[in-house]
Amino acid sequence: MKKRIYHNPVGVGKYTGLMLIIPFILGFLLFTLYPFISSFILGMTDYDSIREPVFSGLDNYASMLKSREFRNAAWVTIKYTVILVPLKLTVSLAAALLLNMKLKFMGVYRTIFYIPSILGSNLAIVIMWQFLFTSDGLVNQLFGLAGVEPIGWYGNSNGAMAIIILLRLWEFGSAMIIFLNALRDIPREYYEAANVDGCGKIRSFFVITVPLLKNVIFLNLILQLISAMQEFNAPYMITGGGPMKSTYTVGMLIYDEMFRYHNAGYANAVSWTLFMLITAAVILLFALTGRHKEERV
Amino acid sequence: MKKFLIYFFMTAAALVMIYPLLWLIGASFKSNEEIFSSPWFIPKSIDLSVYVKAWQTVTGRSMGHYFLNTFKIIIPKTVFAVISSTLVAYGFARFDFPFKRLFYALFMGTMFMPAIVTVMPSYLMWSRLGILDTYIPLTLPALFAAEGTFVFMLIQFFKGIPKEFDEAARIDGCNCIQLLIYILVPCIRPVIVSISVFTFLWTMNDFLNPLIMISSVEKYPLSLILRLSADSTGNGYEQNRIIAVSVIGLIPSVAIFAAAQKKFISGITAGGLSG
Repeated sequence: MKKRIYHNPVGVGKYTGLMLIIPFILGFLLFTLYPFISSFILGMTDYDSIREPVFSGLDNYASMLKSREFRNAAWVTIKYTVILVPLKLTVSLAAALLLNMKLKFMGVYRTIFYIPSILGSNLAIVIMWQFLFTSDGLVNQLFGLAGVEPIGWYGNSNGAMAIIILLRLWEFGSAMIIFLNALRDIPREYYEAANVDGCGKIRSFFVITVPLLKNVIFLNLILQLISAMQEFNAPYMITGGGPMKSTYTVGMLIYDEMFRYHNAGYANAVSWTLFMLITAAVILLFALTGRHKEERV
Repeated sequence: MKKFLIYFFMTAAALVMIYPLLWLIGASFKSNEEIFSSPWFIPKSIDLSVYVKAWQTVTGRSMGHYFLNTFKIIIPKTVFAVISSTLVAYGFARFDFPFKRLFYALFMGTMFMPAIVTVMPSYLMWSRLGILDTYIPLTLPALFAAEGTFVFMLIQFFKGIPKEFDEAARIDGCNCIQLLIYILVPCIRPVIVSISVFTFLWTMNDFLNPLIMISSVEKYPLSLILRLSADSTGNGYEQNRIIAVSVIGLIPSVAIFAAAQKKFISGITAGGLSG
């Protein structure tokens, strides 16, 4: 076996770096690996979080697959993710492209666009959002001014879903900042050269910008996907999962099973399934975009 | 003309983005009737008594108490996060060690780990240790570089600092830790600001963790008090009071963001969160 050579400054042993990352190693064991494994094990037990767990094999998974409630929640979560994520990426990229133009006051616009995502999941914002969409709330009042029939947002399933999607869409700022930073790194000469060669704006977007932004688009896609699939706060506070469970996400289902019905075993099985779903989605994205290699330090 | 169109569009978009917040502030002074009849955000009259009522909250303790609770979480969390993330990022960015690639891969993996999987077993773990309903479950994880994003930002930033700095310091007799404290930390100040601001904002925003871990009302942080106020006064009367509570709840975040805005955004920009 070949002996590995450690590239360290003179006088620094190979264990110095290891010592420095000890907080990470401990944190990984305590707050990632342990919960991860114990979640897997608890998922195979009958457990009410008071009495000792009783091993029950794959029963939880079987009853989960049979449960209409779970299938509905999974469908709601997937629908929500599939609608929200592309919308959010498009809006944040468009905003970043506009902000990247060398014009005055762009800093002010950037701050304004960024603020909602900073306050984002603050409960005060969620409460505010709830008010905006009541039957005589701000949105319907504005609709009235524009001569549009008011909508009973909370009364129908599409309306309720729209409230939550709009809230998260409004918070596109964090994705936008990531795009904006990446856009800044593209040298302007590329566009000038393309222009000289007779390449139009739209074409240079597709041949220069998109390829160079590939990594960041991917990063944003993954980040947004992960957070969308775990959505809990907004439906919990705004719609309560209704009407008719049409905004009842898997995140809410897990919370209810764990803390309202005290089915810790079942809740863990569902959260493991959600984890597998997210992982599968991420792997699928990796495969589709042809990336298999992680970045190296 | 083209410029004009862009400005017009940007201003319209900015209005959509900011109007709900302006409306929120205005609505806190409005009567129920006015809230639900006029879309214009400026209230007919300004009466601060609603804020006095809101400050008293529904629990018999003032908002001040809950602010204090929140800061009891935020301050240790920020200190822990800055120290642990800096050490870990320094280790990854500047040293070579056994299993480095494995640990880095694990680290990247934890960044993409959905919290929903780990939150329940963590709850059960804290419950078995008997320290639920304290701030330990909310603060202690920060001591172990729990927020991968911060480490990632710092690693990117460290990579941008020339290694010649290190060598020069070493020749002058600095050891690894002195080098970090005296040479590198001053260079990464913008990222440290970003980390502190993010920790502040995310803790203010965090709802699920306190909801699970904290059960006694006197220990509630702001987010839970907001929920309590919304639940207990939400049915038809005194809407402006809940709205005023929300406005108060947003003030710290807005203030911190405004104060640190410039450094903060430069920290994220230079820190290469852009991947």
